[in-house]
Amino acid sequence: MAEPLIRMHNIRKSYGRVQALVDANFHVNEREIVGLLGDNGAGKSTLIKVLSGAVPLTSGDIFIRGKKVTLRSTSDAIAHGIETIYQDSALVTQLSIARNLFLGREPIKPPRFLNRMDQEAMNTVARDLLKQVGISKNIPPTTPIGSLSGGERQAVAIARAMHFDSDLIILDEPTNNLGVAETQGVLSFVRNARDSGHSCIFIAHNIHHVFQVVDRIVVMRRGKVVADDIDPKTTTVTEVERIITGMSDKDIRDALADGKPGH
Amino acid sequence: MENHSLIQRLIARPEFGPFVLLIAEIAVFWGFNHDFLSPQNISNTLAFTVELGLIALAMTLLMTSGEFDLSVGSLFGFSPVLMWTLFNAGVTSLEMGFVVALLVAALIGLVNGWFVTQLKIPSFLVTLGMLLVVRGSALFITDGFPQRTWSAEGSWLAEALVGDFFIGPFRIYMSLFWFIAAAIALGYVLTQSRTGNWIQAAGGNPNAARARGVNVNRVKVGLFVLSSVMASLAGVISSLRTSAANPNSGTGYELEVIAMVVIGGTALTGGRGTIIGTVLGILILRVMRNGIVLIGVPGLAYNIFIGAIILGMMALHSWLERRHQAGT
Repeated sequence: MAEPLIRMHNIRKSYGRVQALVDANFHVNEREIVGLLGDNGAGKSTLIKVLSGAVPLTSGDIFIRGKKVTLRSTSDAIAHGIETIYQDSALVTQLSIARNLFLGREPIKPPRFLNRMDQEAMNTVARDLLKQVGISKNIPPTTPIGSLSGGERQAVAIARAMHFDSDLIILDEPTNNLGVAETQGVLSFVRNARDSGHSCIFIAHNIHHVFQVVDRIVVMRRGKVVADDIDPKTTTVTEVERIITGMSDKDIRDALADGKPGH
Repeated sequence: MENHSLIQRLIARPEFGPFVLLIAEIAVFWGFNHDFLSPQNISNTLAFTVELGLIALAMTLLMTSGEFDLSVGSLFGFSPVLMWTLFNAGVTSLEMGFVVALLVAALIGLVNGWFVTQLKIPSFLVTLGMLLVVRGSALFITDGFPQRTWSAEGSWLAEALVGDFFIGPFRIYMSLFWFIAAAIALGYVLTQSRTGNWIQAAGGNPNAARARGVNVNRVKVGLFVLSSVMASLAGVISSLRTSAANPNSGTGYELEVIAMVVIGGTALTGGRGTIIGTVLGILILRVMRNGIVLIGVPGLAYNIFIGAIILGMMALHSWLERRHQAGT
């Protein structure tokens, strides 16, 4: 079998005496949307932070297309083609769509010593990208991010990752606080990203959203990956919920009974 | 329809409010006293306006990046004192003293920036501390007395910075051209250059900027240096023009400069800044100071008007901001 796009092998991360990740193994294939699920404190965020370069790992290895890499910072990860989109934090609300898309990589008009941004080129690319990612409304690329809706902001962040050839786009809770129509929009942006050759990791509390969009589900519990090949087409939400909580039917009934008032 | 939206867009600009205020101010003062627009009064007002203005221009960029600098007023006093002390003691030529003063100012800006970016101390505290250090140094060097400055006549430095000439009835100082040049250059940097995008991003969302590989700390340190150097330059210009180097000069300028910047529409919290707005803000406050004296309001009442203007403009800016966020 071909090497996966990303392979994380025996990842350990401890904060003092707390073990956030215990020999976690995880991979993402090319052109694949992976849903990463787990209860609070299961280690999802830590795993993602390690992969996005935000926190250093204690031990273990990360491979990109079979080549071992070290990710020291978020810009390091971006340089390796790994882009993480946190809701609301990836963009500068005061700046326009085009200026956000090119932040840090603004094209320069000659002569270069004038350091002048090529705003026309930026706007043209931005317009194309918004179309490509699937925004149907005609939004001018000079619109400040602050006047966009939550779903449109996600679209801009995804469009940016697509344009700068990120191989892997990590979406952390992209559908939080979004309405139904907006959520469907974001899910279709994610599908468009995959169809144009990118891989995604999709993290969401709402399991139904995950089921709608992903090719494979990975479940974490207590710092470990406990299931990494769940096919959303042949598995039910209830079954996945059981894996997430680590409970059998009987455990769940007992837990519900324990929680009843007056018990 | 086209026209309508053009006017609407114009009104929605952050500079629109300050612009209307300035026009109203000038009209009212002129209505009370026609001497207000006399060549002599305009020349006098402009001479000092551009000196404070140089500091405000640099402060605009710094505030857009999310920081501010309270030590500018003390540098305004300290730099000429340093230059004249070196010159009077025969250590350096006047020109060399000027260069040394600018270098010391740059170093002070570097220290401000280092404390803010590396030690993560808010710029309010860092530059407040620096204000006291610099003002204290100026007083200590001079024993609190003004420096001798009579020997600047004929120096090319004095000619280049404050040489004056007449255009018709208007007496113009060279410093006006330095101010215009600085306004154009910094306006260009903020709106057209890649650095400007980084400055706005550094103030708007530093974490997002860092994630895109923007060196936020370097941007901020650079702007602290710019702010110090401009304050120093302004102090030297003022000193050469008035032939005075008083260790106490510039006291309170930091707040007046910050007021000019925010009145113009730059956000105190960073992320949004406008050089055109700042130029308007500079003119609003200086015209106000000049005008109320001219129409006979006691000068001591000046601060009442300034305070009212700041409050009024802040209310207007926040209203425009909310309208903008609502997408109307």
